[in-house]
Amino acid sequence: MESSKSALVIGGGIAGIQAALDLADMGIHVNMVEKKPSIGGKMAQLDKTFPTNDCSICILAPKLSECYRHPNITLHSFSEVQKVEGQAGNFTVEILKRARYVKEDECINCGLCAEKCPMRVDDEFDRELRKRRAIYMYYLQGVPAIMTIDKEKCLWFTKNACRICEKTCEREAIDFEQEDKKIKLENVGSIIVATGYNLIEDINKDFLKNYGYGKFRNVVSALEFERLECASGPQGGHIKRLSDGEPPKKIAFLQCIGSRSDKAEKYCSSICCMYTTKEAMIAYEHDNELQSYVFYIDMRAGGKGFQSFLRRGASEYNINYIKSKIAEIKNDQNENPIIVYEDLNTGKINEMKFDMVVLATCIIPPVGIEELANTLGIELNKYNFIKTTPFIPIETSKEGVFTCGCVHEPMDIPRSVAEASGAAARAAEIIRGG
Amino acid sequence: MSKENKDKKEVRVGVFICHCGSNIGGIINCKKLADYAGTFPNVAHSEDNLYTCSETGLSSIKNAIKEHNLNRVVVASCTPRTHEPLFRECISEAGLNQYLFNFVNIRDQCTWVHMKDPEGAYRKAVDLVRMGVAKAEKLEPLDTINIKINPSALVIGGGVAGMSAALNLSKQGFKTYLVEKEDKLGGRLNSLYKLFPYDIEASEFVGKIISNVQNAKNLEILTSSKVKSIDGFVGNFEIEIDQNGISKNLDVGAIIVAVGSSSLDPVGLFSYDGKKRISQLELEAKLKNNEISAKDIVMIQCVGSRNDDRPYCSSVCCMSAIKNALIIKEMNSNTHVTILFRDLYTPGTEYEEYYRKAREQGIIFVKYDVEKMPVVEENNIKVYNEYIGSEMVIPYDLLVLSTPLVANADNKELAQMLKVPTEANGFFLEAHVKLRPSDFATDGVYIGGSAKWPVDIAESITQGYSAASRASTILSHKEIEVEGATSYLPEFNKNLCTGCEVCIKVCPFHAIIKNEDDEIEIIEALCKGCGVCGATCTNQAIVIRHFTDEQIISEIYACGGQ
Repeated sequence: MESSKSALVIGGGIAGIQAALDLADMGIHVNMVEKKPSIGGKMAQLDKTFPTNDCSICILAPKLSECYRHPNITLHSFSEVQKVEGQAGNFTVEILKRARYVKEDECINCGLCAEKCPMRVDDEFDRELRKRRAIYMYYLQGVPAIMTIDKEKCLWFTKNACRICEKTCEREAIDFEQEDKKIKLENVGSIIVATGYNLIEDINKDFLKNYGYGKFRNVVSALEFERLECASGPQGGHIKRLSDGEPPKKIAFLQCIGSRSDKAEKYCSSICCMYTTKEAMIAYEHDNELQSYVFYIDMRAGGKGFQSFLRRGASEYNINYIKSKIAEIKNDQNENPIIVYEDLNTGKINEMKFDMVVLATCIIPPVGIEELANTLGIELNKYNFIKTTPFIPIETSKEGVFTCGCVHEPMDIPRSVAEASGAAARAAEIIRGG
Repeated sequence: MSKENKDKKEVRVGVFICHCGSNIGGIINCKKLADYAGTFPNVAHSEDNLYTCSETGLSSIKNAIKEHNLNRVVVASCTPRTHEPLFRECISEAGLNQYLFNFVNIRDQCTWVHMKDPEGAYRKAVDLVRMGVAKAEKLEPLDTINIKINPSALVIGGGVAGMSAALNLSKQGFKTYLVEKEDKLGGRLNSLYKLFPYDIEASEFVGKIISNVQNAKNLEILTSSKVKSIDGFVGNFEIEIDQNGISKNLDVGAIIVAVGSSSLDPVGLFSYDGKKRISQLELEAKLKNNEISAKDIVMIQCVGSRNDDRPYCSSVCCMSAIKNALIIKEMNSNTHVTILFRDLYTPGTEYEEYYRKAREQGIIFVKYDVEKMPVVEENNIKVYNEYIGSEMVIPYDLLVLSTPLVANADNKELAQMLKVPTEANGFFLEAHVKLRPSDFATDGVYIGGSAKWPVDIAESITQGYSAASRASTILSHKEIEVEGATSYLPEFNKNLCTGCEVCIKVCPFHAIIKNEDDEIEIIEALCKGCGVCGATCTNQAIVIRHFTDEQIISEIYACGGQ
């Protein structure tokens, strides 16, 4: 079934990827727009995934490749949607493709340029736990596998100096003259918004100071811990304290940080109970002497196999679950965090010393969502997530514009993937004139 | 390591050892293994990669094929379950027949299981790679099979999931049949009063969907109908339906399972009597008929779930209880409603808000512990409240038990007809819980709604659409390609076949029949290449492509160190 109309998918995380692949497999042409230099989204940053503990990048990588190679998918990475006009069945879309200053057809990702680049910059993908260079691959297995120059940090752009990468590149792929490009798409039948989420630490570090984050070296966020566990992460897959490099023997996992809270976000972040148990399991697999303590309000484990996952955590992985409220986090002189908490099962106030603390920080709407919603003409709800139709969470307030994944509510990967296919089905309906 | 390019018929194997980050590379020395593989007689090239599946790894395979004139490729890495298609595609893009690829599993079956014995893991990896190369040397190019697709679908189950799927497929232009065993559409919503968290009447909401379904083009509704038999395969299913005793035949290209779930009857639990002590579902009916006069209402959550019999959270019961509690409060704010819970399940934005609203309305929530279960007496419930460290006695004149959604009793029967699995609790089991939530491992069959796992209405609808999308990826094509590594009975072996029919009996995919000429015939589109028929064939007449005796024996020799 051929159609002259195409679909636009905004966001190249697992939700956007699944939506694009389904549409492409239906024979519908898809333009996929990803803001970052490579697709993969948050799932690419995870070490493993619950409840099967599959290696995240291992099950994601085939989908990245498929997306990149699919004859029906045009991938616009390092790009943003700037303008949308028209209505369901016939949108016109303008995309800004930002200059990488690297010729996409020439770069083979050999990495020589990055080796020689003298500028060291905080690595965003690794949650600033290590440095990258000013010319860089967004992440090791990134797709497309093309280098990008960070214009904000590059010595040539900031100080008119260097250009070492240009001299190093044997394929002459560096192009400092490259300019941002406007791409116009016509006859776009439907749009799927799948721009994912940010975490509270991305915008509100002050709030997290109450939990020692940014103050105590051995207090990290869950996504940082994910990178610390990961083989391709900043510690090469060995979990070590940031203060002294010692392997932790006792870790506290604090739930609902910034969520279910009157002081930050009121909603439940949905995925933290499960990923915390997973992170504690993986940490135990790194070191069988490790003890984990999860400080929680309610353990929310409704998905398939989730309850038995928690049971396994408690019985086989040294994970202790304490229904509690955190009062305070202190630090001793050896940078060991001390948790002061009320045990809600006994009503008593206790103190416990740990080697490391991991904060299950809250999912928040993606930074820049207001602007995108404006461009698309769709409404947001009171939390600034995309507003959806009652009982049809893939429908936005505008006909022909669908959504899936965490951009409209915090959710796990299986639900994001199911929603992505659902959104693709609805998008196809419009493209096929149903 | 590099050898002279010779004549094209010479076997030239390329071996790629993947570190898989630290999954393999953290346990064994991949570089050493690659170097060792390079010393095997027919190996023209070997290397190790941090991630062979990354774009960098794949282009390195393609370059090596060109540079070293490779005609067989071996990748030793994670598991063929997820990655074989990718590597096959990669070598076919480089001009090789995709079946000239062999996968060696050194992660799932080696470094993961022998994590604590790195030396042993290395020895095993060496054996596995040697065997893999030995097999690769004997691989032959194969053709894939093309199957014509009938652009129509069968949706089993007329609840919100099934109706959403059927509506979408019909709107995409596919002839769709919607089969419902009851005499009307609507499923579970027909027995509900209002729907959380929007307090819309269930009958009104489902009524609209039913009318859309009834008015849809290309959509045929069969109520009071049961699926009697299912034959055929992806693109070409033959279905027999029994509608009120009359048999009907349908030909469809894809099938969606949306049969929903049942509610556990709380008989024998917490003194249930159906009058003063009722189920949450019975409360819905009472609310619908405005029959509630009780003044002290207590609800108990997780009745019959999250225990050894049903070790799962039914995920909709907390919200149902809160919704009904709010309705009761709205009818009469003087009614006391107490909810005894274990962990309150109200994830996300709107559900958590709903829970807050319930607390603001004066609904009392008391956490109970599974070690100290509430005790139901004639007019009181005794429950140990850990917050205050003592037992509470709560009077009631209506006790409501929140029981879980359970798998339908007839799921097994349907699963057998469809040749798809169910899990321990009797729900249907999808192809992969993480990334293939709407697929079955069987091609052309999809799943949505609470037939797979307890879900609320919004998720049921989404999953219905999701299953429709997956079906559409097949139905949108006139023809599709399927696996070519199947069993077959070669012409020159036909005289070996004694017609004993053992193969017909053992084939789990019903892919073997005796045809009109009284000869054994293998329907290759149905064959998954499992090899059972070949292994049981009393006269070795059946050949399993890609797993021929010669290929397997060469692997065995290689394992013996020959």
